Amino acid sequence: MTSSPARPASLGQGMRWRLAGFTRTLRGAGFSVGPSETGDAARVIASPLADRPDGLRAALKALFASNRSEYERFDELFDAFWRGRGVRRAAAVTALGAANRGRRFEVGPRGAADGLAERAQAEAPGAPAAEGKGRERGASAQESLARKDFALLAAGSEREQALALAERLARAMRARVTRRERARRKGRRVDLRATLRRSVARGGQPIDLKFRRRKLKPLRIVALLDASGSMELYVPVFTRFVYALSQAFSEAEAYLFHTRLAHVSSALNERNHARALDRLSLMAQGVGGGTRIGDCLADFNRSHAKRVLRSRACVLIFSDGYDTGAPERLTAEMRALRRRCRRIVWLNPLTGREGFAPVARGMRAALPFVDLFAPAHDLESLAALERYLARL
Amino acid sequence: MPSERIPRETIAARLAETGYVADRELATALWMMDTLKRPLLIEGEAGVGKTEVAKALALVHGAELIRMQCYEGLDANSALYEWNYQRQLIAIKARERSGESPESIEARIFSEDYLLERPLLKAIRRKEPPVLLIDEVDRADEEFEAFLLELLSDFQITIPEFGTVSALSIPRVVLTSNGTRELSDALRRRCLYHYLDFPDVDREAAILRARQPGIDASFALQVARMVAGLRKEELRKTPGIAETLDWAATLAGLGVSDLTAELEIVHATLLALLKTHEDRARVTPEVTARLAGRAA
Repeated sequence: MTSSPARPASLGQGMRWRLAGFTRTLRGAGFSVGPSETGDAARVIASPLADRPDGLRAALKALFASNRSEYERFDELFDAFWRGRGVRRAAAVTALGAANRGRRFEVGPRGAADGLAERAQAEAPGAPAAEGKGRERGASAQESLARKDFALLAAGSEREQALALAERLARAMRARVTRRERARRKGRRVDLRATLRRSVARGGQPIDLKFRRRKLKPLRIVALLDASGSMELYVPVFTRFVYALSQAFSEAEAYLFHTRLAHVSSALNERNHARALDRLSLMAQGVGGGTRIGDCLADFNRSHAKRVLRSRACVLIFSDGYDTGAPERLTAEMRALRRRCRRIVWLNPLTGREGFAPVARGMRAALPFVDLFAPAHDLESLAALERYLARL
Repeated sequence: MPSERIPRETIAARLAETGYVADRELATALWMMDTLKRPLLIEGEAGVGKTEVAKALALVHGAELIRMQCYEGLDANSALYEWNYQRQLIAIKARERSGESPESIEARIFSEDYLLERPLLKAIRRKEPPVLLIDEVDRADEEFEAFLLELLSDFQITIPEFGTVSALSIPRVVLTSNGTRELSDALRRRCLYHYLDFPDVDREAAILRARQPGIDASFALQVARMVAGLRKEELRKTPGIAETLDWAATLAGLGVSDLTAELEIVHATLLALLKTHEDRARVTPEVTARLAGRAA
């Protein structure tokens, strides 16, 4: 195909076309290639390095790849495009990348080792674990309520009380302390820069001391709430919980999913408490049919993750893991999600049930990428979440 | 500026002279840094020699190495410049009675004598382009990353009391990351990228020979194979290249020249490679014997 292209001082027309075609291929495979990279690539091709295809490949790889997954996929794409080798495999790689738009897909044997889950297994409800957790427990009258499965709550006042508790719990969760400091009137260390600035008003005498103190930085919470038929009994509590979380954390985003993904943060921002909950529960009523967790996560990864997730984000997934989609899809999307955020917490209301094992196909596919796999069937298990979030 | 361009093959050869055994892709990436004037981002696990790349690069170009270690909470002041406030205060006090005009005092205390250079400012104020190593950039927070991005594109710094400082020379910038946090796409796009993996057996043996000239070639190969075997075990902390070097030096010091012959010593010295209690417990004498047998 390319028998050492003619290479005058500047690139020939044919070569420019080829290069443009190659950058298109790369973009299709999820690489983000801008005009400045393409320009630099033209300079590389015009240099003596391009005399040997291997040298050119290594050079373009350093230029175009910008993370490990791209780095590992590049050789195949390059060989397929410039040398016409292994076109079918590369096409598969491209297709995968395109489906996941954005540079998040990872192929290769090492991928599986990524999900370093610390996976705190469910503390059995009501079992010995209940000792020494006084802080999260309510008064004793609420204690029985705290351990009652949400699905078993009687409608009416008992249910209402549990909902209110869930809300209080969420509000109590704190923001996180970072090590970044800012100037304050009180603090641990004298801020010389600010003190000197203040001394101007005192004729150069540093009388008013300014200090530095640690800055509070909110943890960003992204909640993905499964609103499918199998979760019906839990959805009201979780929506309430998520609503309260979003009030407590200034940076919170929420999504509902069943067969599709719906962004519901706008409902959460509603000032009027009752209206917000109404809107939320209305949105949750797409109920019925199967859950397509993989597809919904794909949608999230593609259209929302870039904006919503940062390194300090914690993703909470409320779901029982019953997925009607292909487990490979879910695995791929979970891996992509894993790379984008700090922690993934999967809250499964079924975990609290006796004899539960995460056998649902979807659950098994997702587990390797989950940092904390915890029960969420009663108030106590939700309260345990606070300790976890506080450590982040 | 007489920034000498070194051809790619020469870079690999010169790297080897400094004791850094690089593969072709890395040599290419280093060559491109010069050609395209872009920073190089190196990712890889702890202990694969990311930091060493920058040190070797400095040696190759005969340039100064300026290192900036990132940490959480690192801010622009500790990365760029700081006024020497204590000295400024003393200077003001000492001149108060001398009747010097306020203007001249001001000009004095905001002069270069009172400016403390931090790594980034230092790097752009050198006449000869230095190698600037921004180590573990993933540990700094996002605010700092954004700031870094600006510096890496303009190479100039504005100090309000002093004016804008433009780069006298464009430093060669190497960034390393351990992947404790995902870096922003903008920073990634700005940089060339290289993923550094653990070296294969031959390259690790070559590294051993380069760093410990006295070592026997076949023994170096044995050690490299043994370490490669260990890395395949399920360890909590995979031994890096520095550990391999330590271990080889230990063995050489004890006069071991064949792993299988002195299993006891080999097992006892594994503490140079295994740095956690669990890993120590996992690699039993039997495991050592098995690995050494395979390496021989």
